[in-house]
Amino acid sequence: MSPYIPILGIMVLAAGFLGVSVVASLLVGPRRYNRVKYDTYECGIDPTPAAVGGGRFPVKYYITAMMFLVFDVEVAFLYPWAVNFDALGVFGFVSMMIFLVVLGVAYFYEIRRGGLEWD
Amino acid sequence: MGIEDKIPQGVLLTTVEGIFGWMRQASFWPATFGLACCAIEMMTYGAPRFDAGRWGQEVFRASPRQADLMIISGRVSQKMAPVLRQVYDQMPNPKWVMAMGVCASSGGMFNNYAIVQGADHIVPVDIYVPGCPPRPDMLIDAMFKLRKEIVMKRPIGAHELEEIEAQEKAALEAMATHEMKGLMR
Repeated sequence: MSPYIPILGIMVLAAGFLGVSVVASLLVGPRRYNRVKYDTYECGIDPTPAAVGGGRFPVKYYITAMMFLVFDVEVAFLYPWAVNFDALGVFGFVSMMIFLVVLGVAYFYEIRRGGLEWD
Repeated sequence: MGIEDKIPQGVLLTTVEGIFGWMRQASFWPATFGLACCAIEMMTYGAPRFDAGRWGQEVFRASPRQADLMIISGRVSQKMAPVLRQVYDQMPNPKWVMAMGVCASSGGMFNNYAIVQGADHIVPVDIYVPGCPPRPDMLIDAMFKLRKEIVMKRPIGAHELEEIEAQEKAALEAMATHEMKGLMR
């Protein structure tokens, strides 16, 4: 713990410096208002108007998100199994294959129901 | 809150102006507006041989929000003029403008319909540097003069408010540049 105390001290000092300088310039700085100065910077041209509703995504991406989640968790289970493959023997192999077959059924279902069609 | 505007007049204000002026000229951050050939000389000015980092100017800010000085290096075309004005407006005060080279000062060798005859048609210029292009040595000299004679003497507080009033009055009564006679326009 004790070697990390100076790092914590530096972080506190940095945060303090930031706070003091922002607050000080807020209080002391003069106000010279200019409409363009408060506009968005876009290399000197008028800024591109922002998309309506904040640029919404089409809903069809939700399938991709869900599939990613399922298969990513599957991969997370596969990694430790792969690392300890030798020590787990035949029992480990067979049980992991059953796991993969169960998830394979879900994958097969998805293909046949058209979840991988984009349009 | 604008406490800086409320510093009382007198000796205190002059001393604070001196201190602020020294601090501003000691770390003067240029916003490059490199348009044409003068930009090469400006790059050389920042490069190791004529090192601008000696005076705190090696950070050429890309964003005008973080810059003090706008170095207009190169010819300003009619198409670029509104961009120049917008970038100048987006710099926070205090700001200074240096017209580097003859094209930014007066149109240079391009006396035609496409080039604005001097950036001072568009932004108020503090120092003009002649040359086509000016050597980095000349740019160093101009920076020194700018820092000593203009940045150190910038008013703050009540003096600044008076100066703003005076400038606005003068601008409202000044003759439009396109009506001035006797110049090659």
